[in-house]
Amino acid sequence: MNQRHTDSIGDYLHNFPGGLKLKHHKALSCSKPLPAAEIPLSREYVVPITQHLGKPTEIIVSVGQSVKKGQALSKPGKSGQAPGAQVHAPTSGIVTAIQAMPVPHPSGLSSPCVVIEADGNDSWIKLEPVKDYKSLSCIELIQHVRAAGIVGLGGAVFPTDIKLQSTSCSIDTLILNGVECEPYISCDETLMRQAPERVIEGALILGHAFNITNILIAIEDPMDTCRKTLEKCIKQFDADDLITVVCVPMLYPEGGERQLIQVLSGKEVPAGKLPSAMGVLVQNVATIAAIHAAIIEGKPLIERLVTVTGAGIKDPQNVSARIGTPIADLVNYCGGYTPSVARLIMGGPLMGLGLQSDQLPIVKASNCILALTHANIASKQTEMPCINCGNCVNVCPAGLLPQSLQMVIRADNFEALESLNLDACIECGCCDYVCPSHIPLVDYFRYGKGEQRARAREKQFSERAKSRFELRETRLEKLKAERLARHQKRKQALVGSADKKDSVAAAIARAKARKQAITDQQASSRSNPENNSSSGSEDHS
Amino acid sequence: MEFSRTGAPHLPPETSVSSIMLQVLLALIPGIAAMVWFFGSGVLIQIALSVIFAVSLEWLMLTVRHKPVKIFLGDYSAVLTAVLFALCIPPLAPWWISLVGMVFAIVVAKHLYGGLGQNIFNPAMVAYVVVLIAFPLELTRWLSPRGLADAGALTEIPGLLQSLQTILNGQLPTILSWDAISQATPLDLLKNGVEQNRMISEIRQSPIFGSYGGRGWEWVANFYALGGIWLIWRRIISWHIPVAIIATVIILTLPAWLYDPSSNPIPLEHLFSGALILGAFFIATDPVTGCASKRGKLVFGLGVALLTLTIRLWGGYPDGVAFAVLLMNMFAPLIDRYTRPRAYGKT
Repeated sequence: MNQRHTDSIGDYLHNFPGGLKLKHHKALSCSKPLPAAEIPLSREYVVPITQHLGKPTEIIVSVGQSVKKGQALSKPGKSGQAPGAQVHAPTSGIVTAIQAMPVPHPSGLSSPCVVIEADGNDSWIKLEPVKDYKSLSCIELIQHVRAAGIVGLGGAVFPTDIKLQSTSCSIDTLILNGVECEPYISCDETLMRQAPERVIEGALILGHAFNITNILIAIEDPMDTCRKTLEKCIKQFDADDLITVVCVPMLYPEGGERQLIQVLSGKEVPAGKLPSAMGVLVQNVATIAAIHAAIIEGKPLIERLVTVTGAGIKDPQNVSARIGTPIADLVNYCGGYTPSVARLIMGGPLMGLGLQSDQLPIVKASNCILALTHANIASKQTEMPCINCGNCVNVCPAGLLPQSLQMVIRADNFEALESLNLDACIECGCCDYVCPSHIPLVDYFRYGKGEQRARAREKQFSERAKSRFELRETRLEKLKAERLARHQKRKQALVGSADKKDSVAAAIARAKARKQAITDQQASSRSNPENNSSSGSEDHS
Repeated sequence: MEFSRTGAPHLPPETSVSSIMLQVLLALIPGIAAMVWFFGSGVLIQIALSVIFAVSLEWLMLTVRHKPVKIFLGDYSAVLTAVLFALCIPPLAPWWISLVGMVFAIVVAKHLYGGLGQNIFNPAMVAYVVVLIAFPLELTRWLSPRGLADAGALTEIPGLLQSLQTILNGQLPTILSWDAISQATPLDLLKNGVEQNRMISEIRQSPIFGSYGGRGWEWVANFYALGGIWLIWRRIISWHIPVAIIATVIILTLPAWLYDPSSNPIPLEHLFSGALILGAFFIATDPVTGCASKRGKLVFGLGVALLTLTIRLWGGYPDGVAFAVLLMNMFAPLIDRYTRPRAYGKT
């Protein structure tokens, strides 16, 4: 089972089209001795209920309730709905508020949060670790992952249990994504160097439950120390023939799931399909470590490694921070801002989210808090017309024509948009970065995608309305036809039965005869010329 | 602490339109220097005139169209158009040639189509073709390059003052005559010679030919190529169009030359006698009017080379680069339509 085929994924490295070679700036945050410092307890934690990609979860605590560290604050929505990832208390304390508060989200809108005032004891709920992970079936593993509220920690925050479920337990290759291709971010590298055993054992847990025969840990070329640490650890676990460390060349956006698969396998994930269709499962190394914590220690996901870096931070480093900690607390721990700080970003400089305030909480998606100065951000630029230079086409890793896309989006030509495959765009920002006309291409694409979704929804709605209308029409038609048929039947029944007709005729005849008899009687009894009138009345009858 | 929110990416942009245009202008300097060396300071006067006209007209059109003048004048696109046009016309052409050319380049070909990025046709080539068709006499009076042995009465090319006088008056100073200083271009001679059934070797007896192209012209082309290669190295242009043009010319003319070298010129002659190298690196590579994808660029270059050779061999003009580029401009959207790269995961 553990023998690797000669042509299995990861044996040869392939290319993906486009991409950017960027200065990586990782040494800035990577030079501190390990392990990464833990942020001291904050006074108050703000835990957003929706930290994953999907439907909100249901809050199960109330204001005034005291909670323990690791206690679930919400539960996945009602069955039938797409289940979301639940959130847990980052420390023990009292729920002081449940209300909408600003959260790090592209919309900039507020979202329901549970506010916990720390009691300082930091006491855990009763943890229930799994004694022997080898006894776990893939279904049981998925249940543990769900209970721990684990989401993809690379930044996409898709609920991991749903991702695992979608594989339907039929994968043979697990790729651990340790390729931090965005500049500045180094939390995954820190994790792999500081706790390689969590990554390796985590991989073994998944590997065992899903019967995986080939595990690859993909890291970037310059991470040499990291490779050595991992390989040493693999030996300790005696997993040489199962796990391989693969160094991929440094090229943004190689850490994208689909790009990484292309680099390792030379194949593309078919459009509209998941990597599991190719027998591949990709997990970020931090996600694997979270799974490890959930199984081996029974701990839910309440903290993560965060890179606090950039020229706007006095003492850049990686820290271990609880979910819900105000970003300002992390910045203060790292010496505060330098005077020239100009922008605060959650994530990297290419895909990161610009934050309006440092009072927002750390969430599961916060891999990096990046503070940039005026010198290293884009100054206010004027958007020039597109000169069709093709730079964007050359760097696009998805093989798109960004310049044509922005043109049709500007023209609101949504039919053309479909043929230009906007859905394949991963919003990596390469095109935007190289555009000499400084066109905010990614903004256009987000807008275009939003419009496309809205249109699809509208179309679906109108189609549903149409089919409802058509169903009603056919139903009414059917009723009408039935009624008509019934009428016809009754009519036929009246006309069709000859006896009835005869009996009516006979009755009429009888009546006539009786009348005749009466008139005759009258005529004979009186014998006067009124005969005519009586015959006239007879005509009338 | 509060911050301003802006969309990703947050890195400062790598380049700008004005930086691209400036670098293309820089890359033209070696070629311009060679032109000045071989054909005199008239070249510089033409460049200055065209640039003045182009910038004035650009300013006028931007004002009329209510566009931000400062931003668009600062993109140097009008300057580049003017310089490319000036390099195509004879160095002693009268001043109004530039004016007419720039009116058609900036007003008609560029702004009437919607300004920067919207024009379908290469403005410099529109201008050149208009003046070439409208004023054939003025456009064929090319000077003899420096170092020509039998230049007759005159051994040196006209100086700065003489050139200026000629360009502004439209007449040569009395001491000079057109017959003495002008000469047919190598491609003219070649075309006429072949039509008169003369052997290539015989035609090439003329001192106007150099070692593989036209005398002087081959060096000008070499320096244009130098600038072009620098642009490729700087990634301002991609290699696809120049390589496609040069390769197509070589592939198509090599068999004919091998088959009958007496009536078919050597491929290098085609490359280095006319405007082909300038066209391959600086004109056909205009992004606005060309193709965006790599395959599209290859097809575009192939088309330019094919049409240039067709016009040179069977058309009415000795050189056909300008016409070929304009014709391919028309096809660029169609080529882009059929050379779309395959999107990730799609079949």
